[in-house]
Amino acid sequence: MAKISNLTPAQRRTRRGIYTLGIFTLLASIPFIFLAKDPANVTYGFVLRDEWVLINEWIINSRTAAIIFISLAALSTIASYIFFTKGKKVGAFSFIGAFSLLMAFLSWAAKGSFIPLTGVLQGALLLAVPLIFGAMAGVICERSGVINIAIEGQLLAAAFAAGVVASLTQSTTWGLIVAPFAGALISLILATFAIKYQIDQVILGFVINVLVIGLTGFLYKKLLIPYQDTWNSGPILSPIEIPLLSKLPIIGPVLFKQTIIVYLMYLAVGLTHYYLFKTRWGLRTRAVGEHPTAADSVGIKVNALRFRNVIIAGAVAGLGGAYFTVGAVGMFGKEMTAGKGFIALAALIFGRWSPKGAVAAALLFGFADNLQVVLSIIGTAIPSEFLLMVPYIATIIAVSGFVGKVRAPAADGIPYTRGSH
Amino acid sequence: MKRLISGSALLPILSFALAMLIGGLLIAFSDAKVLALRSEPWEMVKAGAATAWNAYVALFEGAFYDPNLARQGGGQGFYPISETLVVAAPLILAGLSVALAFRAGLFNIGAQGQFIFGAIGASYIGFTYELPPIVHITVATLFGVFIAGIYGGIVGLLKAKTGAHEVIVTIMLNYVASYLLLWLLKTEAFLREGRNDPIAPDILESAQLPKILGSEFRISVAILISLLVAWLIAFLLNKTTLGFRFRAVGANAAAARTAGMSVAFVTTSVMIVAGALAGLGGALNVLGGEYALTVGIAGSFGFDAITVALLGRAKPLGVVLSAFLFASLRVGGQMMQAKTDTPLDLVLVIQALIILFIAAPALVKALFRLKNINASSGMAAKGWNG
Repeated sequence: MAKISNLTPAQRRTRRGIYTLGIFTLLASIPFIFLAKDPANVTYGFVLRDEWVLINEWIINSRTAAIIFISLAALSTIASYIFFTKGKKVGAFSFIGAFSLLMAFLSWAAKGSFIPLTGVLQGALLLAVPLIFGAMAGVICERSGVINIAIEGQLLAAAFAAGVVASLTQSTTWGLIVAPFAGALISLILATFAIKYQIDQVILGFVINVLVIGLTGFLYKKLLIPYQDTWNSGPILSPIEIPLLSKLPIIGPVLFKQTIIVYLMYLAVGLTHYYLFKTRWGLRTRAVGEHPTAADSVGIKVNALRFRNVIIAGAVAGLGGAYFTVGAVGMFGKEMTAGKGFIALAALIFGRWSPKGAVAAALLFGFADNLQVVLSIIGTAIPSEFLLMVPYIATIIAVSGFVGKVRAPAADGIPYTRGSH
Repeated sequence: MKRLISGSALLPILSFALAMLIGGLLIAFSDAKVLALRSEPWEMVKAGAATAWNAYVALFEGAFYDPNLARQGGGQGFYPISETLVVAAPLILAGLSVALAFRAGLFNIGAQGQFIFGAIGASYIGFTYELPPIVHITVATLFGVFIAGIYGGIVGLLKAKTGAHEVIVTIMLNYVASYLLLWLLKTEAFLREGRNDPIAPDILESAQLPKILGSEFRISVAILISLLVAWLIAFLLNKTTLGFRFRAVGANAAAARTAGMSVAFVTTSVMIVAGALAGLGGALNVLGGEYALTVGIAGSFGFDAITVALLGRAKPLGVVLSAFLFASLRVGGQMMQAKTDTPLDLVLVIQALIILFIAAPALVKALFRLKNINASSGMAAKGWNG
């Protein structure tokens, strides 16, 4: 590791990120440990149904639990600093640190109550499903140099299409098949106007969202409400249990007793990561997103590749959209994606435009979202609205450069015309 | 973003016509009675055209002049247009907020959040303190404008100091503002006595904006204030040094920096003014239209403001005209929904289509086989890092 004065800007930002985590850990210790009044026992339940039991319950004093988790956060801060000085990656430690802080908060807020932790984690994963699909769509799009603010629209259009088709055919399979096409159709608008007409992609994404909200809302009131029996009463996917794996204690029911959409999500994440970093397509995609002129000069068709990637991204987001209807409630509801596309965008940015980082961010956001649900059931002093703000404030802190390297691909959002750069 | 400002009036008009046409097709071919005539294509086309026509007539009557209401006398026929102006006032201000930021090269998606802040501030002063009439209005409005200005200023400051992209920050701040409003409406200070649902106490009479056409119409001085502010912004942009700096940074930030201007100062001050403008919209909406803070106080004003600024080509006069157009679509859309069972969401579709067509002049040009229109995109792109 070079001397401090020789740090690159990216390294300096990473270091600032580690300091930020440390400061947050110190700050969190004040309310959760030192100011915590009358600590009481928190009971964490670890068994959901019939999985193998490693540990049944964990009963612990809320202050002790907070001390444990804050220490864990402090340890991961120190570990990430040591890894940083050795020039290694620190992402995993940041994730553990942030997760520990949320757990310290949960232990403090849930004193005197029973928390079915396995159930909480399961709910968090489900809440993260559309975020992860949306963020993967964002990764594919933006790594190839096209800004995707239209994730919300892609999710909503696909949720609508999947819900309606599943209802008309009474088949979840058809709903699942149609969803990626609906997402890709929205992407087609994005790609055409962004690449062919070279419109500002932020404005474009915004307008596409308005268009999809308007169209689905219009058709919802015109068709889905009056003819609900045929148009809006689709079946729901049932969970598939993976033998043995689903029996693993704690993580088994969380990860391996889910609907096919969740398994597709694992696949989407794995494939995005693999293809982006290990294949020729990935190398070309990243080249086109960072330096289109250079990519062009070695014979890569910049705009054709971008066009194709934007369409693929829409299809990926479409699967996430299917989660809302065939994956969760069956019926389509007006604006049912409720800003999830923007949280996916936040996860993408918080995860620094990388598939792994985006997944970690989406899981943290899903967990924070679910904490809010859990805490509103047991009743706590912290208003649920503040927990709902977590993803947004975290993202603002991230883009302001306090949490490590946050930089978009260099050519993200800039249309490419041969000879003009 | 630069070329957004130039361009003829023909393009917006054609875009509007095209969007209304597609909207009409949507109305016609989503109607069960029309679809039932599938076996007779000609009859189907006629029925479809009639359905769309009726919906648009209801929209027009609901936005401007209602012959049914006119029979009650007392100028009631003009009630719809007075309502349109009630909606137009905050929309002009929010639109100006987005437009001003555009002129300085910034995309203020955060008008929604700033609007909410303005409404919160004005409403809090408006129902909590008892002050003499004119003073009360002034203090309440200024407080709303002040906190909204700070809320907008945060965005500019972060952009200037850390390079955080204003689009990302404003998207996130919009959600923060909505949740803050949700929470505030549950707190002691904002809960209306005897009510459990999220609604703040009524604005005291001393803080309500004076009505200009008598108590039968909701229309207040808000519309006059917003027109005055539009004129002031035009003056600011075209006749003052500060306005010149805004435009210079918007046109070419690097050149402005070379010329000795502080881009950081301009970015921050533009966002403060933009926040204040949207906040003024929120304040006037609560003091001169709604009279109580609710969860839906901002409606979709902040988002409509973006389409208003884009359609108005980021010029104050353009903003006033397009705010009036979109306000009439919103207000008339209510009547259309009630009378002809055409969902209000159609208005969103029309808005989005107008902007899409305006943004891609090449498309409209090809459709209408025009030759003398500037075919370059009205909204040239810029990247995340810029």
